Amino acid sequence: MITRNPAPVAMPVIALSGGTLDLLMPMHLRADARGRVVQAGPTLLKMAGQGDLAGLSLFDLVEIRRPARAETLSALMALAGQRIGLVLRATPHLALRGALVPLPGDAGLILDLSLGLSFARAVAEFGLTLNDFSPCDQTVDMLYLHEANISTMALSRHLSHRLQAARARAEAQALTDPLTGLANRRAMDIEIARALDDPMPDFALMQIDLDHFKAINDSLGHAAGDAVLEWVGRVLREHLRAGDVAGRVGGDEFLVLLRDPDGSDSLARVAARLIALIETPVPFGGQLCRISASIGIAAWAGYAERPDINRLLADVDAALYTAKRAGRGRCVLHQPGAPRPRRRAGDPPPMGLEPAPPRPGD
Amino acid sequence: MHGMVNRALQGFVTATYGPELWAEVRSQACLPFDDFEAMLHYPDALTLTCFDAACHVLHKHPNALLEDIGTWLVTDPHLEPLRRLMRFSGASFLDFLLSLDELGDRGRLAVPDLDLPRIELERLDPSSFRIRAQWRLPGIGPILMGCLRAMADDYGALAYLRLDGIEGGTECLHVQLLDTAFARGRGFELGRGVA
Repeated sequence: MITRNPAPVAMPVIALSGGTLDLLMPMHLRADARGRVVQAGPTLLKMAGQGDLAGLSLFDLVEIRRPARAETLSALMALAGQRIGLVLRATPHLALRGALVPLPGDAGLILDLSLGLSFARAVAEFGLTLNDFSPCDQTVDMLYLHEANISTMALSRHLSHRLQAARARAEAQALTDPLTGLANRRAMDIEIARALDDPMPDFALMQIDLDHFKAINDSLGHAAGDAVLEWVGRVLREHLRAGDVAGRVGGDEFLVLLRDPDGSDSLARVAARLIALIETPVPFGGQLCRISASIGIAAWAGYAERPDINRLLADVDAALYTAKRAGRGRCVLHQPGAPRPRRRAGDPPPMGLEPAPPRPGD
Repeated sequence: MHGMVNRALQGFVTATYGPELWAEVRSQACLPFDDFEAMLHYPDALTLTCFDAACHVLHKHPNALLEDIGTWLVTDPHLEPLRRLMRFSGASFLDFLLSLDELGDRGRLAVPDLDLPRIELERLDPSSFRIRAQWRLPGIGPILMGCLRAMADDYGALAYLRLDGIEGGTECLHVQLLDTAFARGRGFELGRGVA
């Protein structure tokens, strides 16, 4: 701990040459008893940038700001031993630090300076070099560290940008729905397009929409909803044939591509089995979540000419909507030529049921 | 080995010989990714495999390749920040030499987990020095020689350097400093890096 008092009387007074002071304190100022500059260290001379400073008033050169403004010599002397905040009048935006000692025998004072926290800007603005600092002054090491930090931060930023970009690319290319482990929308589109391009196509597309799913989500939370979706994923993964593909293509909507279906009766049986499995109550947090499913089906065999993917998806969607309107928990096979009801967001539940459309498998 | 070391090998091959050559090194070394990341760590064996592959693909003696990498680290314009950090070590090439034993601490200030060589400098007479360097991989001698030759040039000093044998795991260099102000050297403005 540095003593804040001037040297005790008993200590011998030593003499130091101006050259020695310059070497030890290249940023010092020595002033006489009237506050006139007698000598300035070589670095401070460079910073002041106005040639020889001898004879100038100390207060024309520096402005003392902390711990309190000092505009007289006695006010300045009272700051002896304290940390002084000051600026050069020529560069009032660069905060410097100082320490002051009065010289014995009323011979004036020495005010030593350092660059404080504005060192990086100060070094640049004053054009300082390695030789301008005392070997004991760690300002240069601080500057080194400052530059090193900037470089390594840039490297870290590049790394995280590259990782983000790689993740985005991977997600864009992903073919799996992470929650259910089923195919995602992108993968299903690819599979359907491939099935349609087959020279001898024979497949059926099934669209499954969960009934009462929103109620589960609203009353028991998203975690319960996720548990139900995972269950449906498991049903579809475990109860379809090897060549069939199931995907989750929306919040609670699924598509299933069934290859080489064995006629509409068989399709209806598959759908009924899936509905029954999906209706198995799912335990969650001590409760049982009960849902059902409505299914629309469009089969290749029902088309006179090759449909495009949009037509196929519209037809299967229309069949699903018919199933929903017919009272949920059932399946409807698209009938070519049948009017296609449009599904609208926020459709009210059907009031007086229209005559139920034919239900294959009944 | 730290990603910076691996990245230096990749950077040198790519900058000097082109990305196709690096692709060949990568495939010979069976590198399981495209690029080394400077901020990650890799097994030493992977670094050595890549280095061997680079020697093979470039038909270069290992020492020659290491020396070229050392030189490139100081002279490549894209690595100006690194050159600047080196120049912080001293105002003259002599000061730089005399502070070589601080290199490890200096490196750790910049990158705390970077394993830099331990370097000792012995002054044999006023102008000649023996440098002893230890690192976790062999080859620090030639790297350091390339790097010091480039730094002498950077300061405008004239120096004669040669490899001076290996004692145990310690690789030695001999430096003869012939002229500290032989040429103008490259500039180094202290405040330019962050202004």
